Amino acid sequence: MSDHDKIYSTKFQDSIERSTLLMFVLTAIAVAVGGIVEIVPLFYLPNTGMCQNDPTCNGTSHKDLQGNAIPMDKIVWNPTTSAHKTLADWQPGDGVRPYTALETAGRQVYIREGCFLCHSQMIRPFRDEKDRYGHYSIAEESMYDHTYQWGSKRTGPDIARVGGKYSDEWHRKHLKYPRDVVPESVMPNFFFLDKNPIDKVKTVKTLEVMTKMPFNPVPKTIYTDAYIAGAAAELEGKTEMDGVIAYLQSLGNHVKFEEGVNYRD
Amino acid sequence: MEATQATPVKYDMDVVRWFTIAAVIYAVVGTLIGVYVASELAFPFLNFDIPEITFGRLRPLHTNAVIFAFGGCMLMATGFYIVQRTGATKLWSNSLAWFTFYGWNLIIVLAVITLPLGLSEGKEYAELPWWVDIMIAVVWLSYGFNYIMTIGIRKTSHIYVSNWFTMGMIVMITYLHVVNSLAIPVDWATSYSIYSGVQDAMIQWWWGHNAVGFYLTGGFLGIMYYFIPKQSGRPVFSYRLSVLHFWTLTFGYVWLGAHHLQYTALPDWTGSLGAAVSLAMIIPSWGGAMNGMMTLSGAWDKLRTDYILRFLVTAMAFYAMSTFDGPVMAIKSVNALSHYTDWTVGHVHAGALGWMSMISFGAIYHMVKKLWNTEMYSDKLVNVHFWVALIGATTYVVAMWVSGIMQGLMWRDYDEFGTLTYTFVESVSAMHPYYVMRAVGGAIFNLGTWIMLFNVVMTVRQAGAVRGVNAVAAKA
Repeated sequence: MSDHDKIYSTKFQDSIERSTLLMFVLTAIAVAVGGIVEIVPLFYLPNTGMCQNDPTCNGTSHKDLQGNAIPMDKIVWNPTTSAHKTLADWQPGDGVRPYTALETAGRQVYIREGCFLCHSQMIRPFRDEKDRYGHYSIAEESMYDHTYQWGSKRTGPDIARVGGKYSDEWHRKHLKYPRDVVPESVMPNFFFLDKNPIDKVKTVKTLEVMTKMPFNPVPKTIYTDAYIAGAAAELEGKTEMDGVIAYLQSLGNHVKFEEGVNYRD
Repeated sequence: MEATQATPVKYDMDVVRWFTIAAVIYAVVGTLIGVYVASELAFPFLNFDIPEITFGRLRPLHTNAVIFAFGGCMLMATGFYIVQRTGATKLWSNSLAWFTFYGWNLIIVLAVITLPLGLSEGKEYAELPWWVDIMIAVVWLSYGFNYIMTIGIRKTSHIYVSNWFTMGMIVMITYLHVVNSLAIPVDWATSYSIYSGVQDAMIQWWWGHNAVGFYLTGGFLGIMYYFIPKQSGRPVFSYRLSVLHFWTLTFGYVWLGAHHLQYTALPDWTGSLGAAVSLAMIIPSWGGAMNGMMTLSGAWDKLRTDYILRFLVTAMAFYAMSTFDGPVMAIKSVNALSHYTDWTVGHVHAGALGWMSMISFGAIYHMVKKLWNTEMYSDKLVNVHFWVALIGATTYVVAMWVSGIMQGLMWRDYDEFGTLTYTFVESVSAMHPYYVMRAVGGAIFNLGTWIMLFNVVMTVRQAGAVRGVNAVAAKA
């Protein structure tokens, strides 16, 4: 007989190598552990923006400089407790809100054109990023972002807080022919967005889908039946360019950050 | 092994031949698209105001073409090749393997159609629309099931180490693809991930990094453990090291995804945990790289004459280098600089061009000779391809390292008045020479794949001619 019966490692390893089933099962277990340890806690720990049906967002509590808890409805907009009751009334600083119909349509175009491949939407807690882009991003700010758009590469600048920094007219010019405004830019021309009308059916269905998400769905108190029914009218005559601009202008001004407060613990 | 030689096994190699040919073609196409998107960043007029070929739509086509078309066909070709030869058995099901072949190529065709049309789910390396995701799951399972069943019917006592790695990949990619792709469709073109924000980011990079860790590393280590010993005619340097390599990598790699999310809105512990395990992964990675390289000990002189071996050994050098580069970038203070910059792109391509492609090219040349039972049409061209690929990859990676570090330093630089020294757009224009250099490096690398395509086509034609001649001779 050959040396096939000789054990070169341990008895256990040898028996694994002889059994397809054993190797399959042990491998399947070994590769599962890391993912479970890193992913599952993010669904129930505080400070992860997991706010569904829970006004405390898994017990998240940011504290102001006096040590008093900042109520979560200052961070995440709650139309029941807020002075502003509807998406139309919402004001910057009222807290994180889902996107309006027009912004939703713009966001779909943003994803379609692969903007996230060059623009991040995640500001890190560094001095230079604060000076360049603004306050660091917090978990709640992307809680309604089904398919997060943080990106991984800054071929262009971060745009997590681009909302309100430039006029609509600037955005329109820049999106159409970026080098007309910024000569050194390497961004493609998106002039064609101005010619494409918004897909109303898709956008209205998207709003409905967002209320049915298993994680962080948009509450029906925000996307009310009336709002969804009126969405098509809001989109009447709008182009994809209008949508993208509305989306960009909505980014980053939802939460009123207090100076010196640590929002990361 | 003696026993199996007495009654030679008739392997199912037709499907392997076609997967090999497909891999060669996709290597050309995938890197060509890469050169084009790289050129778009250097010279934006190349977008030509055509929505279908703008950077944002073509870049996913490049990544999908090299990862899933080239990488996928490579893994399936070598997988089916290795599992039969190391098990001394035919495939469990030849027809199922053909289903995998047609299914996988159909998916690639659909990617070529849907991605330029802008059908994107908005997740890197998982852009394909929801119904293609379902097809991927079905075809992937057909590959995995067939593969594992073939291991099950092997005639040898032990499962060979290559098959451990490939099995690990099959299981992990199934987990990743299914969990990361869960989405609610709006219509046929658009769907949205069921996760949002922090959870979606973690799941995406659990997918993103392990697509690299298992698909592009684990699967290709399977290639390494078979083809280096075969080509050099030496046994694997250390069996024990391969046991260590396999289990530590299989258990450990899964944890690394979190290092893509350091200093983001995720809780800090996730990034730190990812960084810690990333550093630990130097040990198995270098163990594996040494195991591959030291397999040549006593046969180093072969590098002078065996061009295929050059590919395989250079791949191990790049593997060692990028598995050092990676953990360094996972250190939080380094990541603070490197994240969001071209350094990441350089790191990925050190792996993709230097390690994954080189080991693939070596395996392709080795397999083509065996599959068509002939010598290469031109050994010289194999050597030319080797040098062209090496020069191209090095040019590319160096350009991206320099530009990445420069970007990171420019973004964080303050002048003596305490204000930011550079505007963002100044960093963009500073990148221009490096983006040109990157495109040139990519083009050189792409040229190599054309040489390979020519050489493989000529080899197959020559083999066909010889077979014809032999047949006539046998009749007479």
